Amino acid sequence: MSFLRNKIDQIKKPFAKGEKWEKFAPAVNAFDTFLFVPNHTTHKGAHIRDAVDLKRTMVTVIIALLPALIYGIYNTGYQYFIQTGEAFTFLDAFIHGSWKIVPMIIVSYVVGLTIEFIFAIYRGHEVNEGYLVTGLLIPMIMPVDIPLWMVGISTAFAVLIAKEAFGGTGMNILNPALTARAFAFFAYPTYMSGNKVWVSEASNVDAISGETILGSLAAGNDVSYSMLEMFQGSIPGSIAETSALWIAVGALILIYTGVGSWRIIVGGILGAAVMGFLFNLWGANALMSFSWMNHLVVGGFAFGIVFMATDPVSAAQTNKGKWIYGILVGIFCILIRVFNPAYPEGVMLAILLMNVFAPTIDHYVVEANISKRKKRWASTQLKTA
Amino acid sequence: MSKDIHIRKGSNLNLEGEANKILVDIPVSKTFALNPDDFFNITPKLIVKEGDSVKKGSPLFFSKHNPRIHFVSPVSGEVTAIVRGAKRKILQVIVTSDELNEAVTHEVPNFESLDAEAIKEIILKSGSWPFIKQRPYNTVAQPEDTPKSIFISTYATAPLDVDFNFLLKNNKDDFQRGVSILSKLTTGNVNLSADESFKGFFDSIQDANIIGVSGPHPSGNVGVQIHNVDPINYGEKVWVVNPEDVVNIGLLFSTGQFSAQRTVAVVGSSVNKPQYYKATIGAALQPYLEASAISLEEEVRVINGDVLSGSISSEEGYVGFYNNVVSVIPEGNHFRMFGWLPFVDNHVPSISRTSFSWLFGSKKSKVTTNLNGEERALVVTGEMEKVFPMNIFPMQLIKACLVEDIERMEALGIYEVVPEDFGLIDYASTSKIEAQDIIKKGIELMIKEVG
Repeated sequence: MSFLRNKIDQIKKPFAKGEKWEKFAPAVNAFDTFLFVPNHTTHKGAHIRDAVDLKRTMVTVIIALLPALIYGIYNTGYQYFIQTGEAFTFLDAFIHGSWKIVPMIIVSYVVGLTIEFIFAIYRGHEVNEGYLVTGLLIPMIMPVDIPLWMVGISTAFAVLIAKEAFGGTGMNILNPALTARAFAFFAYPTYMSGNKVWVSEASNVDAISGETILGSLAAGNDVSYSMLEMFQGSIPGSIAETSALWIAVGALILIYTGVGSWRIIVGGILGAAVMGFLFNLWGANALMSFSWMNHLVVGGFAFGIVFMATDPVSAAQTNKGKWIYGILVGIFCILIRVFNPAYPEGVMLAILLMNVFAPTIDHYVVEANISKRKKRWASTQLKTA
Repeated sequence: MSKDIHIRKGSNLNLEGEANKILVDIPVSKTFALNPDDFFNITPKLIVKEGDSVKKGSPLFFSKHNPRIHFVSPVSGEVTAIVRGAKRKILQVIVTSDELNEAVTHEVPNFESLDAEAIKEIILKSGSWPFIKQRPYNTVAQPEDTPKSIFISTYATAPLDVDFNFLLKNNKDDFQRGVSILSKLTTGNVNLSADESFKGFFDSIQDANIIGVSGPHPSGNVGVQIHNVDPINYGEKVWVVNPEDVVNIGLLFSTGQFSAQRTVAVVGSSVNKPQYYKATIGAALQPYLEASAISLEEEVRVINGDVLSGSISSEEGYVGFYNNVVSVIPEGNHFRMFGWLPFVDNHVPSISRTSFSWLFGSKKSKVTTNLNGEERALVVTGEMEKVFPMNIFPMQLIKACLVEDIERMEALGIYEVVPEDFGLIDYASTSKIEAQDIIKKGIELMIKEVG
């Protein structure tokens, strides 16, 4: 270990302050701090610090994403083989899925991290770890057959416009991963919706009916999947969004570690359940009478509320605000699903919409605190007057 | 009858090296120093020069903004050095003791017959005034003010903090006298907070409103207690006095001399014999560190105060003006391979659940000064609120301080906080932000712009 350390210190020499390549230090530091927690000590403020840092937090999110990702890879293969009617094993399905998805992940990371590194060097700050999560989220919420160059362009758009234009990590208004998806959704609609994109190779094989459940509902067709299938996720859909079961495992990891806000998750589920239940009572069409319980497990709702809505930067930041934000995401998700057949899945737009309103929610929560303080002051003025 | 305070937010850090309840009296050092930086926002104006001989209680310097506030020598002897830093800023005034213990003696009538102004005058003249601090801002109080209440917190919750019941057990009468004197300086109450489960002798103190406090750190911070009992509004002043300084004021009125008693506990994982010492304000730390057998194998950091809000000193440093704790912990200037992985290196304590260190709850942990990461943009939300038991939005206040928006700082409650209240936020922050430093700068701005 000390050999490796010495080697790195040697490599880092020309990047030190005042040396030739000083400007590129953030790039080298990013790799160095990936290997080692640096030897920095406290200089002001508290003399001791918690073991937690942004790397650890972000990696925790990645761990939470893994169950859904692995199931998503398997399900990609499973959907393909089911539709073609070939015999297959678990391993076949997994390999087919990996063959499709790993390149997407690589493209997303390479494009996004390149931009992040360039901006870090240009702005002279360290590379923030937030992209480690964003870069994994982007392929996980795309349809499996989207061309890699589209993944690349969507990623570039999201990182440049949704994130860096606002000042980088921690400053963005919109969730970058969802922005990437929204960009692809509106720029390449034929690759992002319809009944030919959700199952691998669907457009090359005849007779495939690869509609998502919400898609068929919106088109007025019957749903041929059982509740159990919807819950475990053996249904067509974006890569990792289908399995409510494995997303729930991720949610538990996020809530247990405190990395994801349980207030947003619980609020979101409450909002969606209540809204779904109200529509059930109304029951004017197939979407409205679609059981509120099913609403929670189909489509991207579970994935969105657990992994997207909880993004701390774009969500509301006050505890009270998080409740309101979560509940509204749930309500709007179901509203968009039911009332707008052009968008069978509403969770993406619901979260992006609430991202925009999160600062407003926080504003009112904070203002309530401020006015309370002002009132307290005014009451003491009265007493002394 | 007073209302007790129950705090739920916060965290007690269970660290190695708590002081044993042994009070040791060892010979004091020959050199003493007064460090003007101990007094927030004071610009010192020197009265003495190198070579002058002083008595205990002779003024060394005064505050430029209020010449009535004197800072006096804790010992009789000779001013041997005035250490200056950049821009000729005074860092230390060093007095070498002549071991004669000559003291300036003031005539002190019975305090019960005195009014507030006369009491203030005696405290000012004797040089004991800096014992009284004010909120907002935690500066030395202005003698022209009349505070709406005075707070004394004997509930110490900071990591490895002292037990005031033990520390003051020989000074009960002086403490009582000090409280009675202070009660004449305010229109409101003297609020004396104590551990709710064991108030000890503080329960029987007269002339004070006894408040029981329970809960994790920072519930012992006097700022948190003020916020819960008698919050500060714009324009209001609350005074705070450390428990041992109440004793010092009490002693002033019985002896007529400036009292510089300061019991220090040398604590921390680098200390082999953590215990209490009968020391004096400004005394050299070296004898106490030696008697506590601090570790010689590792590089250590000596801190005047607790590990969350103390100031960096050194083995050649001096006892600070206000702190009862001297913490000694190892420097953490080493690398940890892949230490950032979740659930790795669980020996590094963490109040975040991304580590299993909470499973070893009862085991005392050893901490170093390692930052455990690098400074990053503010990403995680809600973690500050978990350790901040005030009805204030800490992150929003920090952001207001960063952008120097005075109106917003005021609206969000800058008058009710001092940097030490943000000690745990510093500690727990995922982004490693320097919350205490930001708040301190914010307060400095408030003093400059609002006053």
